[in-house]
Amino acid sequence: MERIPILKMGEFLLVTIQVDMHDRLATTLQDDLTERIVKARAHGVLIDISSLEVVDSFIGRMLGNIAAMSRVLDAQTVVVGMRPAVAITLVELGLSLPGVRTALNVERGMDLLRAALRNGGAENGMDGSPQD
Amino acid sequence: MAIARSRIAELLEKHEPSVLSEWIKLQLNAKTFRGDLQSETDLREESRRFLALTRQAWSSGTTDVQAPAWTPVREFLTGISSSRARLGFSPGETATFVLSLKQPFFTLLRQELGKDTEALADELWAATQVIDALGLFTMETYQKGREQVILRQQQDMLELSTPVVTLWDGVLALPLIGTLDSARTQVVMESLLEKIVETGASIAIIDITGVPTVDTLVAQHLLKTVAAARLMGADCIISGIRPQIAQTIVHLGVDLADVTTKATLADAFVIALARTGSSLARAKKA
Repeated sequence: MERIPILKMGEFLLVTIQVDMHDRLATTLQDDLTERIVKARAHGVLIDISSLEVVDSFIGRMLGNIAAMSRVLDAQTVVVGMRPAVAITLVELGLSLPGVRTALNVERGMDLLRAALRNGGAENGMDGSPQD
Repeated sequence: MAIARSRIAELLEKHEPSVLSEWIKLQLNAKTFRGDLQSETDLREESRRFLALTRQAWSSGTTDVQAPAWTPVREFLTGISSSRARLGFSPGETATFVLSLKQPFFTLLRQELGKDTEALADELWAATQVIDALGLFTMETYQKGREQVILRQQQDMLELSTPVVTLWDGVLALPLIGTLDSARTQVVMESLLEKIVETGASIAIIDITGVPTVDTLVAQHLLKTVAAARLMGADCIISGIRPQIAQTIVHLGVDLADVTTKATLADAFVIALARTGSSLARAKKA
C-alpha cells in the first residue's frame, strides 16, 4: 500500500508529502505519524507540503488534526511550503488552520522548531507567529 | 412582395459597379470619412465586399437580416465594427458606413422604377428596412467592441492598482488604494502570496490608508488575506487605519484581535524591523 515516508532527523520528524493526497493516504499518515512520535519520542514535526497542489476540506482538516494530535503528544508541528493557490483555497474553504504553525520553507520551519524547543516547550506556539 | 424583393436584388446585380462607385464617392466626400484612420484602398475593398455580400443575401428572397441567409453579411459587419471601434472611430462614423448606402440605392430605384410610383414606394420601404436593420446591427456590435475595451482596461487597472513593494529585507508592503471587492481581494491575495514566495518575506504590511471605507465585507476580505499569508508562514500587520475607520470597525463588531494593527505605516515598519531582528539608529552628528 502507498505510504508517505516519515524521516527522523535528530529529535524531529520530517514528513514530505510529494504525491496528491487522497483520503486513505491522509488517515494512514495520521496513524503512522502519531505512532512514530511516541516511538521516537520526537519533540517536533515538520510537514512539507510544497509539492501539494490540490487540497480539499478533508485534507485541510487533516492537517489541523495532525497538528492537534502532535501537540497532545508534546511535539510542535510546523507546516511549511504551502503554495499560494493552496493557501487561498484553504482560506476560501474557511480553514485557516488556527492552531497550526506555518513557515515559508523547510529551513525556516526548522529554525522555528529549534526556537520552540529552546523555549523548553513552555510556549505552545498557538498563535502561529514565526517570531517570538 | 416576393416579386418586389427579387426586383431590388435583380437591379443590384445589373448595376452593382455603378452603385459601388457612387457609394464610395459619397463616403470619400462625406465629413465622416477618416482618412487619418483608414486608407482609401481599405475603404474601397470593404465597400466592395459588403455590397457583394448584401446582394447575395438579398437574392435569397428574405429581408430579415437575422435570417441565416444574411449570416455572411452579419459576420462581415461584426469584423468591421469591432475593428473600427479599436481604431477609434466614433459610433456615428461607424454606422454611416452602412447608412450611407441608402442614397445610391434610392438613386438606383428612382432611375429604374421612376414611373411606377407604387413599386417605387414598396422597394424604397424594403430597402430602408434592410439598411436600417443592418445599421442597428453595426451599432450593437460596435457597442460590444467598446465594452470589451472597457473590460480589458478594468482588468489592467486591477493589476496596476495592487503593487506589492519590498520595504526591507524580508518585509513587504501592500498599499491598498480604492475599495476592496471580492475580485480585487483575489488579485491582491494572489500577488501578495506570489511575492512572499519570491522574496521569502516573513512580514507583510497591508496599508489601508487609501481604502475609503471599511465595511464588514471589506474587513472580511482583509482578514482572508491575512489568514492566507499566515498559512504561507508570513505575518501580517494592518496599518493606515484612520480614526473614522477605527470607529466603524468597532461599531460593526469586526474582530481584528488576532491581527497586529497600527495607525501608520511608519509604526508598522518599526515593528516589522524589530520582528526581523533589525533595528534603525540615528547617526550621531559629529
